Amino acid sequence: MYVAVKGGETAILNASALLAQARRGDPAVAEIDTAQIAGQLRLGVARVMAEGSLYDEELAALALKQAAGDQVEAIFLLRAYRTTLPRFGYTVPLDTARMAVRRRISATFKELPGGQVLGPTYDYTQRLLDFSLLAEGGAPDAVPGVEPLPDTLPRGTDLLGEEGLIEPELPLPGDPAPTDLSREPLGFPADRATRLQNLARGDEGFLLAMGYSTQRGYSHTHPFAGEIRMGEVALEVVPEELGFAIGIGGITVTECQMVNQFAGSASTPPQFTRGYGLAFGEAERKTMAMALVDRALRCAELGEDAASPAQQAEFVLSHSDNVEAGGFVQHLKLPHYVDFQSELELVRRMRAEAAQPQAAEEQTA
Amino acid sequence: MSATGYNFAYLDPQTKRMLRRALLKAVAIPGYQVPFGSREMPLPYGWGTGGIQVTAAVLGRDDVLKVIDQGSDDTVNAVNIRRFFARTADVATTDRTAEATVIQTRHRIPEAPLAEGQIMVYQVPQPEPMRRLEPREAVTRTLHALADYGFMHVKLYEDIARYGHIATTYDYPVMVNGRYLMSPSPIPKFDNPKLNRSPALQLFGAGREKRVYAVPPYTRVESLDFDDHPFSVQRWDAPCALCGADDSFLDEVVLDDAGGRMFVCSDSEYCTSRQHAGHTGPASNNMASARLGRGPASS
Repeated sequence: MYVAVKGGETAILNASALLAQARRGDPAVAEIDTAQIAGQLRLGVARVMAEGSLYDEELAALALKQAAGDQVEAIFLLRAYRTTLPRFGYTVPLDTARMAVRRRISATFKELPGGQVLGPTYDYTQRLLDFSLLAEGGAPDAVPGVEPLPDTLPRGTDLLGEEGLIEPELPLPGDPAPTDLSREPLGFPADRATRLQNLARGDEGFLLAMGYSTQRGYSHTHPFAGEIRMGEVALEVVPEELGFAIGIGGITVTECQMVNQFAGSASTPPQFTRGYGLAFGEAERKTMAMALVDRALRCAELGEDAASPAQQAEFVLSHSDNVEAGGFVQHLKLPHYVDFQSELELVRRMRAEAAQPQAAEEQTA
Repeated sequence: MSATGYNFAYLDPQTKRMLRRALLKAVAIPGYQVPFGSREMPLPYGWGTGGIQVTAAVLGRDDVLKVIDQGSDDTVNAVNIRRFFARTADVATTDRTAEATVIQTRHRIPEAPLAEGQIMVYQVPQPEPMRRLEPREAVTRTLHALADYGFMHVKLYEDIARYGHIATTYDYPVMVNGRYLMSPSPIPKFDNPKLNRSPALQLFGAGREKRVYAVPPYTRVESLDFDDHPFSVQRWDAPCALCGADDSFLDEVVLDDAGGRMFVCSDSEYCTSRQHAGHTGPASNNMASARLGRGPASS
């Protein structure tokens, strides 16, 4: 009856008040501020920025605070804000070779120019709960001095490129401007730039599952982590009145270049192929999964059968967005009683008709 | 009440222009699904973002807006969308079908006849009528281009063969202007005849699926059927318990846990107006009508 009763507006206002109260929690405990969230929950903030498609640590922290830590809700809040922002222009392509690297590893070469740099990683931490963090931990120990890294580190995959062992990565003929998925609808077939854009803002959990499926036999692509790097890259724009690029700041990104085996074809000698992943912030799991899915989605271009879910572009790209998926799954809680009434009427009628022949048989018996 | 810092009706002028262009194309090709650059809205996908964007694109300062969900102006989602436009556009709102210039709806067409100059905006979850038969968009677009709707006829035929009826009761597929197969949105098939040659402009918005389509005024809209299984709409054994209407879509209201039921108009405004005009039904003046808040005394 809740929908039929008047007073929906009061109910909505009351629900908002209850939500605000629940979000704040125990007032005896200090309120968390957005600087704390941005500084101490940085990986949560990075995911909200990446899937919210807006690089702004403060707003992402605000969204996380408002969403009481629910990442998908925070992503939704940030997207809904982002859509109201004017579009000033586009940056020139990021040059990740000029990244101020904080982490850089390759699983394909033991040594490579610039070396392996672990950086701030959970990888070898032995996941033991650190009970000292229950109390205020104080400042961590100072990091012993490390040698500064060179300004430019060649990508691990470029080392293969010199020998022609890996497919070159060149702009398409004419270097067409990519689709902007936040302004134009996704169409099929979707080119690789469009697919990567979709995956970059796609749900990490979904990409992880799709990427994982390719490792378990649903379109195996023989991947190696050619290189993963994380650090700060400069953003540059070319203002029309100047005609040359100027730096407008920097952002943190994670990039993953996956190297995949490919047997070759009549027209192409055997060589390695690539899968690519890139996301805002520290997002290694996401970018690795993205690179696996990117490679799987290249099946048509490389003449492979598209038999597995991760290879089917419509399936992957139409279901990767957690704001779309979350909204539509949860719309099932909206009233549907007109549709349901229609079904009810039909089922009752069909049941009555099904019962009639039985009744007739019983009479004759 | 209007929200500061946002554009009139929330969307920026460039987005509205993009939407209006898409809508003009939709009106020019009745029933054809026009892709558009759907924006993220501050309401969730699946909750009316397509309808909201269409309404935002056509709404002017002098418009009078009505929003219904399941036929009622008072369901929480309808209240929420009406509040959104009252906040962002500061337009007048109404629950009177005849007074409204723009009516946004989910799952119903009002019972009161529409008039020239009115705009119906439908919220559409899945604009592609063949999606459950063919999941690939690239294929369904081709089928539309070829006007190849054999899939749908076979589906309806199989329903008859299996159940003795066409087992589609809402979102019942229609042919628009003899050319495009169209989803009328999940309105009950009871409402399908109201689409045909309606004097109102009917616009359909699917936000998540990024499509708009339209039925211009006085356009032919036919529900699919067969000569020996003609299209028919739902009928009820009893009239509305509150207003006695025998021509409206009725919702079943469960009164108790002992099988007590009552059927009342799904269009709450239609029901209330009839009661104001002195019409009564079998359950008028009993407790149930007070609980429903539809009695003349409470409104």
